[in-house]
Amino acid sequence: MKNVINSLGRLVPTEVPGVGAFMPYSAPFDRIAAMRGAAAAQKPLRAALPSRDKRAASLRAAIENSGLQDGMTISFHHHLRNGDAVIPMVLAELQAMGFKGLTFAPSSIPDAHDCVADYIKSGLINKLYTSGVRGKLGQLLSSGEVDIPVVIRSHGGRARAIEEGSIKIDVAFLAAPSCDCLGNISGCTGPSACGSLGYAITDARNAAHVIAVTDNLVEYPLSPKISIPQYHVDQVVTVESIGDPAKIATGAARITRSPVDLRIAQDSFRLMKAAEVVRPGFSFQMGVGGASLAAAVYLEEYMAEKGITGSFGLGGVGGYMAAMHDKGMFRTVFDVQSFDAVVTKSMAANPSHIEIDASWYANPFNAGALVNNLDCVILAALEVDTDFNVNVLTGNDGVLRGASGGHQDTAAGAALSIVVLPSFRGGVPSIKDKVTTITTPGETVDAIVTERGICINSRRPEITEAARKAKLPVIEITDLKNEIEKLTGVPKPIEFNYDKLLAAVEYRDGTLIDGVYAAK
Amino acid sequence: MKATRSMLYIPGDAPGMIQHAPIFGCDSILLDLEDAVALTEKDSARKMVATFLSRFDFKDLFVTVRINGADTEFFEKDLEAVVPCRPDAVRLPKCNGPQDILAADRRISEIEEKNGIEPGTVKLHAMIETALGLERCFETATASPRVTALTIGGQDFTADMGVQKTKEGRELFYARCRIVAAAHAAGVDSYDTVWADLQDNEGLLRESKEIVGLGFTGKACIHPSQVATIHKAFIPAEKELRRALRVVEAAEAAKREGKGVISVDGKMVDAPVVARSVHLLELAELYGIERGGF
Amino acid sequence: MKLLKNAAAGTLESSDCRVCVSPADGVILEYNGANSVIFADRTKKLVDDVLKENDLSGAKITIQDQGAIEITIRARLECALERAAEE
Repeated sequence: MKNVINSLGRLVPTEVPGVGAFMPYSAPFDRIAAMRGAAAAQKPLRAALPSRDKRAASLRAAIENSGLQDGMTISFHHHLRNGDAVIPMVLAELQAMGFKGLTFAPSSIPDAHDCVADYIKSGLINKLYTSGVRGKLGQLLSSGEVDIPVVIRSHGGRARAIEEGSIKIDVAFLAAPSCDCLGNISGCTGPSACGSLGYAITDARNAAHVIAVTDNLVEYPLSPKISIPQYHVDQVVTVESIGDPAKIATGAARITRSPVDLRIAQDSFRLMKAAEVVRPGFSFQMGVGGASLAAAVYLEEYMAEKGITGSFGLGGVGGYMAAMHDKGMFRTVFDVQSFDAVVTKSMAANPSHIEIDASWYANPFNAGALVNNLDCVILAALEVDTDFNVNVLTGNDGVLRGASGGHQDTAAGAALSIVVLPSFRGGVPSIKDKVTTITTPGETVDAIVTERGICINSRRPEITEAARKAKLPVIEITDLKNEIEKLTGVPKPIEFNYDKLLAAVEYRDGTLIDGVYAAK
Repeated sequence: MKATRSMLYIPGDAPGMIQHAPIFGCDSILLDLEDAVALTEKDSARKMVATFLSRFDFKDLFVTVRINGADTEFFEKDLEAVVPCRPDAVRLPKCNGPQDILAADRRISEIEEKNGIEPGTVKLHAMIETALGLERCFETATASPRVTALTIGGQDFTADMGVQKTKEGRELFYARCRIVAAAHAAGVDSYDTVWADLQDNEGLLRESKEIVGLGFTGKACIHPSQVATIHKAFIPAEKELRRALRVVEAAEAAKREGKGVISVDGKMVDAPVVARSVHLLELAELYGIERGGF
Repeated sequence: MKLLKNAAAGTLESSDCRVCVSPADGVILEYNGANSVIFADRTKKLVDDVLKENDLSGAKITIQDQGAIEITIRARLECALERAAEE
């Protein structure tokens, strides 16, 4: 395997065996301009004879009808999160049917799905494309016990890979909270409702064969809302349950009481204010937990006080964003993934709560994803380095335990990208000389807000000046790093075996931004 | 000296909280060796506090340590461990009169001398927690120049009086008035007691506004989430600030011109009014309100 | 300082550590916790420094680190040593 050093100084392979050739990362937007006019992948025609009923007798029958063979690629969506029952159900059936060597290409893998690790060991799955890897699966891959190609992609990067043909989905299995006998699908209703089906829409459009798996077969036609129309769906399978509703909704997100998170949240909001992004018509994306969510509380208070209405909220949408939208603080919400039950209801009821697909959300190779229109995004991180590079994928021990998500996409697109994290966690500094794995390049990160100070990228002198003028606690990132290391001591960097690649980490444009290697 | 509106209690045995002291937004902290620490952990808390004092950068926080009372076996050891690390002040619980101050003052002076610390460096904050202590609080405040603040311990005081502590606080009204008057008479700061209900920040705001109205210079609290509420109560009103600014500017002009008499809007202004006006402007600065901004 | 008995200090709460010490001829350090690998060298040095400051040539020390900063580990270790040195 040949390796090269990319523009961020990271060792990346030029080819991942069984996957193909890769270019090294060079700059956030270079490749986009070069791609203009390039041909997209050819999509298979799905001409079907007229039919009044696409129901298959069973899951097994549907799989048999689909023409799935060993070595093909299967996809799933992760909108049902830890409540999802479809991934385990389908993988168990495929295993029972004796399939081998499939490429498993879900939009991401819910934390609870330890079964994926078992199916890698059994040989059912021998290639993995995903946004994130956590838990038992992360430990298995990091242990080096199994050796399968793994490619990590952002949500926008996955949409791009599917549309350009880097991921060729042979059969997409779509968990469908509501579905009729011809395959019109919605995520807004049904016992396993999950709101937006943003990632699934992209799969349905591009897969060679689509099987809807539902526990809520409704009278034809499904109405009033159809997320995935019947002409994208080949078969419908009815099962008892596609998920555990209690685990689908994460519940109304609680605002953190952690003083560290609250301080980070408050300073993030102050930075937004100082940078003058909170204007009438501004657009915003935030996380759904910790400091990122708490920042919205300060933001909401300010918007209410000043009578400011934003144009749109974007993202994975949680209850807090949905509530701000319902109160009229944002005119529109664009929702690629809904995080709790409240959001699902709001999406069904509120016409300006708009479901978007993954490509619309974040694909760098279309004529304009919504991330490009963000005025501000607040993003959490595992660690950052003095070049503002961000790691959301690997832990202090180098083990895979995170997800790329929409991090790279929103950081690149937003006018102001703020990364929030505590300056140390569990006694370990979060600011490193070099992050363990780069998932988001520092060139796209404007500010890092910790409880002990705000670091602003030197590429944005005007923000530094505004923050200093507002008397915010601005600090050079190397000074902050030194201050923290005085408290915690200096951890010894883990050593890696660079001959053993565990996962290739794509930038959203398909170049390799980093590799995850086995720890020595 | 910088105004200290809020004083956050942190148990001396809670390193997870002490390490974040500079980020809570409070003006001062109190590292507690007394009520917040179990009898079996007095030594470990003392060690923790001393180690943080000598090795941790508390930035511009005013740092006080509440030691155990003179009637306990821990008093001497606490002082010996803490004073050499130069906290800004030591808070002495259950001060029943000047004799308690003098005893502590003597011991602190000895320790300062032994450690080559300039005499009087470590200040004393006297806690008034008994009826007897209340009766003698002015003498306590003036017993030594080391004393720079009186503070009321509401829980112990009401217990000593045999009455219930309530949210309305009528049972503390007299004690508060008396302590705050004694503190002003002695020219020292005064801190109000803590608000125990963490869920009720509205009650905290109401009480904080009341004690600001009585003349307290600061209020203690037990959780970082209370700090902002207390600070809110201390925000000077704009009208007051404009008047204070006129007074201070008149005083500055009088000084420049060598005049002994200060007058604003044709009326004479006394020195205490000037002092209060200066204090108000300093307070305003803590809120980022600068001269000319009101 | 002379260690006379086994003693411990600290808690298993987050940002704290639990330190156990007992008399021994040489220095025996057992350091456990989620980040014990990356902090092994730092902790060894910290322990050696504290032992030296207290004129101790030997001790068996076990640290269960729950994410403590250096100041906290030092305070817990010193406390445990003092407790072990008490009659």
